[in-house]
Amino acid sequence: MELTGAEILIRCLQEEKVEYLFGYPGGAVLFIYDELFKQDKVKHVLVRHEQAAVHAADGYARSSDKVGVALVTSGPGLTNAVTGIATAYMDSTPMVIISGQVPTYAIGEDAFQEVDAVGITRPCVKHNFLVKDVKDIASTIKKAFYLAKSGRPGPVLVDIPKDISNQKTTFAYPSSVSIRSYHPVGKGDSGQIRQAAQMLLAAKRPMIYAGGGVVLADASAQLTEMVRLLDFPCTNTLMGLGGFPASDKRFVGMLGMHGTYEANMAMHNCDVLLAVGARFDDRVIGNVEHFAQEPRKIIHIDIDPSSIAKRVKVDLPIVGDVKLVLDELLGVLRGGKQAPNAADMAAWWKQVEEWRAIGGGLRYKNSLEVIKPQFVIEKLHEITGGDAFITTDVGQHQMWAAQYYKFEKPRRWMTSGGLGTMGFGLPAAMGVQMVNPGATVACITGEGSIQMNIQELSTCKQFALPIKILSLNNGYLGMVRQWQEFFHGNRYSETYMNALPDFVKLAEAYGHIGMRIDKPADVEPALREAFARKNDLVFMDFRTDPSENVFPMVPGGKGLSEIILSEQI
Amino acid sequence: MRHIISLLMENEAGALSRVAGLFSARGYNIESLSVAPTEDPTLSRMTIVTSGSDAIIEQINKQLNKLVDVAAVMDLSDGEHLERELMLVKVRAAGVAREELKRMVDTFHGRIIDEAEHSCTIELTGACAELDSLLEKIGRDLILETVRTGASGIGCGDRILKL
Repeated sequence: MELTGAEILIRCLQEEKVEYLFGYPGGAVLFIYDELFKQDKVKHVLVRHEQAAVHAADGYARSSDKVGVALVTSGPGLTNAVTGIATAYMDSTPMVIISGQVPTYAIGEDAFQEVDAVGITRPCVKHNFLVKDVKDIASTIKKAFYLAKSGRPGPVLVDIPKDISNQKTTFAYPSSVSIRSYHPVGKGDSGQIRQAAQMLLAAKRPMIYAGGGVVLADASAQLTEMVRLLDFPCTNTLMGLGGFPASDKRFVGMLGMHGTYEANMAMHNCDVLLAVGARFDDRVIGNVEHFAQEPRKIIHIDIDPSSIAKRVKVDLPIVGDVKLVLDELLGVLRGGKQAPNAADMAAWWKQVEEWRAIGGGLRYKNSLEVIKPQFVIEKLHEITGGDAFITTDVGQHQMWAAQYYKFEKPRRWMTSGGLGTMGFGLPAAMGVQMVNPGATVACITGEGSIQMNIQELSTCKQFALPIKILSLNNGYLGMVRQWQEFFHGNRYSETYMNALPDFVKLAEAYGHIGMRIDKPADVEPALREAFARKNDLVFMDFRTDPSENVFPMVPGGKGLSEIILSEQI
Repeated sequence: MRHIISLLMENEAGALSRVAGLFSARGYNIESLSVAPTEDPTLSRMTIVTSGSDAIIEQINKQLNKLVDVAAVMDLSDGEHLERELMLVKVRAAGVAREELKRMVDTFHGRIIDEAEHSCTIELTGACAELDSLLEKIGRDLILETVRTGASGIGCGDRILKL
């Protein structure tokens, strides 16, 4: 029996066990929406803006081990989705985005709602396809899911012209897929892994630096076992949080621009550095030349060869799946009789603990008068038992969330690390809540970021998503204001948020519960009340100290050891 | 340093722009780029001439390999290789000057492939430097048009780029 392209597409999604499809209809995807209507296996989540569809699919994928799927129409539907696609690309989220296109005969004629989707998204997808023959739909969807999930994950776009979605052909979903020009790596080189073990055991001042690759590879158990076996200090990048349990004494906190003193100093001064699924980006190591001044041997494990030796010289590259490489490395370390030199390690830990004492871990001066944003996050951690799924937007609140919510498990922390996309938090939380029904999901945001996708409060109502929104409202685009204070002579150019809405009324207008919290003493009761409402979305508008800054801080262009600890220094 | 990179990629619409887009997005140089299908019509062979530090060339090779449509990459400059470029150049030449031009073209092992009253067209194949050298000898004043394909390269002996 012959099926239409649209029917085939839906059958493919069913074959891929797609549970939720985040999307927004339009002219070019009418046949696809018609087929969606006729079945109930793939549930559609109607967002209020295409950017949110893609972020929701992103949150869905990050908080599970599944591929997120979004569906948008041609033209503006696709261009609205681009920010979401670029966000997923920078953070390597496995996603398939299906976009409608004008009919094949109209392509190139500047047709209504026509845009070159494949051209526009090319630099921000792992791969993309324009389907020009209905016979290619099934094999293309199969390839798209395979590409999204395998190797270094990433978003894959499939652009389907309207006429193709209405033409007929026979349907058979391919059972396997092979792309001759694409061979994702698996195991690492055994010789190099043995060499890495030797280097680690011979180190006097070792350091383990683990990134988002550990989370993506589901290799947290392997990382944790290795760090504990070796008894080395371990740091996480922003993307890697949760990859190693924050409560372990070997954890020195997040590193980088707003990382801890001890993490940055240990990173700078170590003699052997093991980088796992991390990419030495500018927010992590600051000034490359400054970082290179200290001699250290670097071992770099990554699934993507192009992440190795991109910004820093690497002494021992190991290309492979992080989980498989760590499994093998653990085997070598467990099997050997050698252990790290006890005296060297004692001296190194003494040094690390001294740094920890100087940095004081993380600290801020609490107040009885005005709500400190860090205090809100600490209380959130306490009340949720450190076990919530946390999404964020971008700015100061994001850094405070990263610093003060101590993650014990992977896939609990969803933040736009690479692209830094304001507006990510709420839609991402929708995807997280969909794939983790019944779980506690909190979106930490600011009054600036939340307004970039606030329309999704409507989607949350429609799908009864009991997300808790914590808006750290300081009346400023805080991170930009902080930079203006430090580096632009206190000229707060366009960073004051004038004419803010009444967020309580706004939440209520969307059918949710709104709370405004002004006093430090009210923070805990408000959080307790909000989180006790298991079935309601609660919007908490915390009026926080407008002058609070994020510390520690490695100023842009500076080295890790040039870290500023607080206002006083 | 100048590098000549060869690659095999799927002969599909958009594949060329993935490579070209990679170079512009990441700020790499392209001195020349030539591409055409191979004996297997589903594959295209591309030769890119680029320049950069060792670290940049390493990144270029890795980034090219990362493109899903790219099946194989070889930096020909890593070993012995041959490099050829085809040039067509139209020159203003008549009378005695044309005879002189013909002698010059002979010494370069080029050919005159079209002659008109006031001009003639030369075809020359060789290494890029040889082509440069002929252009310099003729002089810019006499040159009416220059068309170059960009370098094509192939490894010597057993250095073979094939799937």
